[in-house]
Amino acid sequence: MRLKYNTKLILWAYIFLFPSLVSLGIVILYPILDAFYISFFRWNLLSFEKSFIGLKNYEGLFQDSIFKKALINTLYFSVISVPVTLFIALIIALMLNSLSTGIKNTLRTIYFIPVITSIVAVSFVWRWMFEPSYGPINHILGFLGIHGIGWLSDTKWALPAIMIVNIWRNIGFYMVIFLASLQMIPKEFLEAALIDGATSYKRFIYVVLPLLNPTVVFCLAISIIDALQIFTQVYVMTSGSGGIVPGGPLYSTTTIALYIYKIAFRDLEMGYATSVAFVLFLLIFIFTLIQIKFTERPFEY
Amino acid sequence: MGYILKVFKIAILSVGILIMLLPFFWMISSSFKPLSEVILIPPTWIPHNPTLGNFIYIFTQMDIFRYLFNSFIVAFISVSSILFTSVLGGYAFAKYNFPGRTVLFYTILSTLMVPFQVRVIPLYMLIFKAKLLDTYFGLALPGLADAFGIFLMRQFMMGIPDDLINAARIDGYSEPAILLRIVLPLSKPAVSTLTIFTFMWNWESFLWPLVVTNSESKYTLPIGLARFAGKYLQRIDLQMAASVVSIIPVLIVFLIFQKHFIEGITLTGMKG
Repeated sequence: MRLKYNTKLILWAYIFLFPSLVSLGIVILYPILDAFYISFFRWNLLSFEKSFIGLKNYEGLFQDSIFKKALINTLYFSVISVPVTLFIALIIALMLNSLSTGIKNTLRTIYFIPVITSIVAVSFVWRWMFEPSYGPINHILGFLGIHGIGWLSDTKWALPAIMIVNIWRNIGFYMVIFLASLQMIPKEFLEAALIDGATSYKRFIYVVLPLLNPTVVFCLAISIIDALQIFTQVYVMTSGSGGIVPGGPLYSTTTIALYIYKIAFRDLEMGYATSVAFVLFLLIFIFTLIQIKFTERPFEY
Repeated sequence: MGYILKVFKIAILSVGILIMLLPFFWMISSSFKPLSEVILIPPTWIPHNPTLGNFIYIFTQMDIFRYLFNSFIVAFISVSSILFTSVLGGYAFAKYNFPGRTVLFYTILSTLMVPFQVRVIPLYMLIFKAKLLDTYFGLALPGLADAFGIFLMRQFMMGIPDDLINAARIDGYSEPAILLRIVLPLSKPAVSTLTIFTFMWNWESFLWPLVVTNSESKYTLPIGLARFAGKYLQRIDLQMAASVVSIIPVLIVFLIFQKHFIEGITLTGMKG
């Protein structure tokens, strides 16, 4: 059905939209277009040199070994931390859902606390908890017979250490979303499954999980987009003394977002930095398309 | 069988709680220790020689109230701007039919896919050329508009019955009056969600204040904390005390408004 336009109402719609359009134009649209333009230039802020070089910045990415490292680190980080976070969040939500309201709400609040605490502050706390010799984590692992992990000083363990912090901080957020959608599943569905004699395992696989599907897809999408942009935790946990660029040791924790920061605000190569930023956009774009594809066939209650 | 399962469940949840709280426990414990005890092997869980020295040092050497104030001002500017533009814009998209509506809406929505890293350089150049580095306006600029807010308000307001709005029109309400007196009061849950989210994003914002602030007087809390730790690189005792002080204000706000926080997240989860 196509409604007929009403001139007076159209005018009001544009008046209401005006503040949004102006502010979005300045803060969102203009910078995106300008960034795209800049990405075709060699532009160093120090030398004031700004010359058009076409696709050279993008071509340069293929020869840049640090960029490759950053890309791999970012994907590695996302591929591990996203599923682990969501899996743990789902398990905790399922467990909490079967408890009585009072305990449930108290535990939910406790699990949620890391979500609201300052990323910078908790990153410092974890940084020192991971300290290999006097930090508490290796102390506790010692009781389990695990010794000598160098964590942030070890190229193999530095990124996993940051993953652990990220997982720890985000579990509560996704748990709250899962818990809310679990509480929305109609009781009759579960009862019907009980009457059919479904065991609790089967009930979960065939009744709860399909009903939870849209929520899982939603959480997957936002957590991947979030993970691909990981910056603050890495910056804080790996920054050293005297202006050393974070992301070490030996670029083992350099993510794409961190690399963009390094090129743009330490090397002052604005053109090249924006071309890397567009690669980050491309990654997010691909994951969003996948998500849209999955949600196109929504599950009907 | 059911009993064993229950014990197992409680055991897992307790271990989980322990892991969630351990960093806070260690942070608070270390903040009351002298440095010599923080680096003791094996680590002590309860300070043997508790001291307030770290906190006294923090409050005299670090302008933490200044950073808190700056963070609050920047978040306040951003929240005000985003609430104002999103309520108006979201309402227009939800309840008016006008040429270009679909194209405009999807254009705005698609900008959500573009990461901040793409925009940061042009925005930086803008602030740099306008000589607005190290100002509140410069700090707040990227937070003045956000497609998410428009999307959230639109989704929520679409659920408000058209009949209500048409009835008000017949009663002679002007269009702004309908929004202000009928739609807005019904949209409180979405408004409070947007407030909380925008506030939290601003409060945690790191990259932008990192690049546009040079003087200590304009540091936001995350930047102040990071710079302080950079200056006292090995002073774990001081860093932990500073972390405690910076976590407390938001923790208090959260514990007071936790119902709204959790409902807010649920709302976006459902509307997504």
